Amino acid sequence: MTVQGWLLIIVFIGILLLLARPMGQWLFALYEGRATPLHRLLGPVETRFYRLSGIDPNEEQGWRRYAVHMLIFNVALLLFTYAILRLQGILPLNPLGHDGTSGDLAFNTAVSFTANTNWQSYGGESTMSNLSQMLGLTIHNFLSAATGIALAFALFRGFARRETKTIGNFWADVTRVTLYLLLPLCVVIAIFYIASGVPQTLAGSIDVTTLEGAKQTLALGPVASQEAIKLLGTNGGGFFNANSAHPFENPTALTNLVQMLSIFAIGVGLTWTFGRAVGNQRQGWAILAAMMTLFLAGAAIAYWQEAAGNPVLHQLGAAGGNMEGKEVRFGIAQSALFAVVTTAASCGAVNAMHDSFTAIGGMIPLFNMQLGEVVIGGVGAGIYGFLLFAILAVFVAGLMVGRTPEYVGKKIEAREVKLAVLAIAVLPLVILGFTAIASVTGAGLAGPLNKGPHGFSEILYAFTSAVANNGSAFAGLSANTPFYNGLLGVAMWVGRFFIIVPMLAIAGGLAAKKYTPETAGSFPTTGPLWTGLLIGIVVVVGGLTFLPSLALGPIADHLAMIGGQLF
Amino acid sequence: MTKDLISALRPALVMTLLFAVLLGIAYPLALTGIGQTLFPSQANGSLVRENGRVVGSTVVGQAFGSERYFHTRPSAAGDGYDGLASSGSNLGPTSRALAARVKDDIARLSETAPGRPVPPDLVTTSASGLDPDISPEAAFYQVERVARARGLDPAAVRRLVDRSVERPLLGFLGEPRVNLFKLNRRLDAFGAKPAT
Repeated sequence: MTVQGWLLIIVFIGILLLLARPMGQWLFALYEGRATPLHRLLGPVETRFYRLSGIDPNEEQGWRRYAVHMLIFNVALLLFTYAILRLQGILPLNPLGHDGTSGDLAFNTAVSFTANTNWQSYGGESTMSNLSQMLGLTIHNFLSAATGIALAFALFRGFARRETKTIGNFWADVTRVTLYLLLPLCVVIAIFYIASGVPQTLAGSIDVTTLEGAKQTLALGPVASQEAIKLLGTNGGGFFNANSAHPFENPTALTNLVQMLSIFAIGVGLTWTFGRAVGNQRQGWAILAAMMTLFLAGAAIAYWQEAAGNPVLHQLGAAGGNMEGKEVRFGIAQSALFAVVTTAASCGAVNAMHDSFTAIGGMIPLFNMQLGEVVIGGVGAGIYGFLLFAILAVFVAGLMVGRTPEYVGKKIEAREVKLAVLAIAVLPLVILGFTAIASVTGAGLAGPLNKGPHGFSEILYAFTSAVANNGSAFAGLSANTPFYNGLLGVAMWVGRFFIIVPMLAIAGGLAAKKYTPETAGSFPTTGPLWTGLLIGIVVVVGGLTFLPSLALGPIADHLAMIGGQLF
Repeated sequence: MTKDLISALRPALVMTLLFAVLLGIAYPLALTGIGQTLFPSQANGSLVRENGRVVGSTVVGQAFGSERYFHTRPSAAGDGYDGLASSGSNLGPTSRALAARVKDDIARLSETAPGRPVPPDLVTTSASGLDPDISPEAAFYQVERVARARGLDPAAVRRLVDRSVERPLLGFLGEPRVNLFKLNRRLDAFGAKPAT
């Protein structure tokens, strides 16, 4: 570890804390449906969209209607992308002449991008036409992100509103977030990326005669436009196979910093928006403090392990940090930090190959996802996931002091706790269940590249990533098979929508409750005691379930690594 | 519930098409227009042309294996530096294949600079397989070999490397590195002139 490395981490966190308030304020304006300076330019587009699709943006929806409209929209987007991927061979903008993809790959990819996961069983440059990248995939990057933020708004309204049946209008939320937040920010960020060396062209490739006279063909395409939303929307699906490690996706240390900030920016802002929505800013800061503590702990461990390096290679004479699967321009610090950021959020973009991390360095991304990606988390998904843990935390606190638990002015009763547990239980059930299936079937065991405990880690990582809607991988796993495409596709869908529906049910129930003012006997949900309790609940409830599986994978791998046992 | 479902159909279908046009076509095409106008070189891959031929990109790495050039890191992209198949090795920390590869590479490199520790980036594959850079240590490690192959004064080659080291932004953002395409082109230009 170096001073420069730690300086990077400190500067990164510092910029994020500065971003929280302005981003939160902007999001709060959209949450309330207030006009922003951008309405003058894009307002007519918004109005026209509503008119053409027969939407009344002022129609208030109950939670069931909100959920059904959200689901139907997502299914329509899913089918749209499935069709484009299957038909890409006969559609235009296909300079490299790629065929339509197989049915199972199209299913997996369409689910993956709809569910804000962006798990990729394929290599972008060798599979997808420019049209598929733009029309089939980029739109999901926007709309799955906008859906996540809309859902967070719906839950905020549940806490903030009193004795009403409604939690907002899904279409208005999605359209406003897309038009007034995601799209303008992406235009600015994409122009910065282009200036830094990220291609933006409709050409498919260029032939190079290298200095040594050999032939090299470089894949090109409309990369920058997809890159901007890939990170801002915590999607993570790369244009190229190597994702943000590819020099065309992430050419410099500065673009790398902007990418990491993009991943966290909206998630950090939403904690501020939550505080504002429930009328107490300290509620938002308490959540952010808990998230940042968990984040910093993960970053420190991963950085320490990667900088310490692999004793197996040290013995052979390659001293120093672990550079296998890392780019020189990012080195150890930026690679370790990116890995923790991308898995704390549900992004899944990678600038280094997690599969080649040291055993414990690679366990931190895995553990981040198993916590449910609530450390900042995916845009919207992070905060609504975290609020489910907050409901459990006040419940536990209520049991200890013997009072009906309350949170931000709402009584938390049996219904809320049951639904929260239901949503939180999806993660371990599906991750561990599916990992078990893959670990004992021939089709599952055909996947891993590495042998021994690391091979098991590859399978565990894949299902964790899918259910948590992350999308990063221990990429040695050969996942483009009907077995993995199918099972991972189901895992991604369940991991997204089986959490969302109970969450919306909670939002609807909370909105109907009356306001319970805080009294001297209420358990305070601001301050260090609360933040500590939140961290404890996230680690115990979210994390402990997975300890046995981690012992079989990364921990066994670590013991083998320091003992010099190879597989 | 059925009423909710039916009322969702038209907005879902029409919004899908409208957003597809806005986000899937208008947005990337507008940026392509902006990029091609404002930053034509970067937008097309930061290519370098010599005598009308594209000889490389300053952003993406290419393979260098000849004795006359500074060598790149090992690459897992296709057969090495395949611009259509970016990839890392994905070998884990306890992989026998990884240890065997590193051992072979260290043995081979040690012959060119006996007795000196091998810089780790020279025996590890990058994440993309298209890494344009090596560390300054990895470049200095190769100075004697390159100087010998070209019949140049090692001190002059070392100065050339020294001038090619790019420092981290603001002292902490990024790593010190040497872009191999730029360094090897300078080397070619240098070799063409009489050594000073």
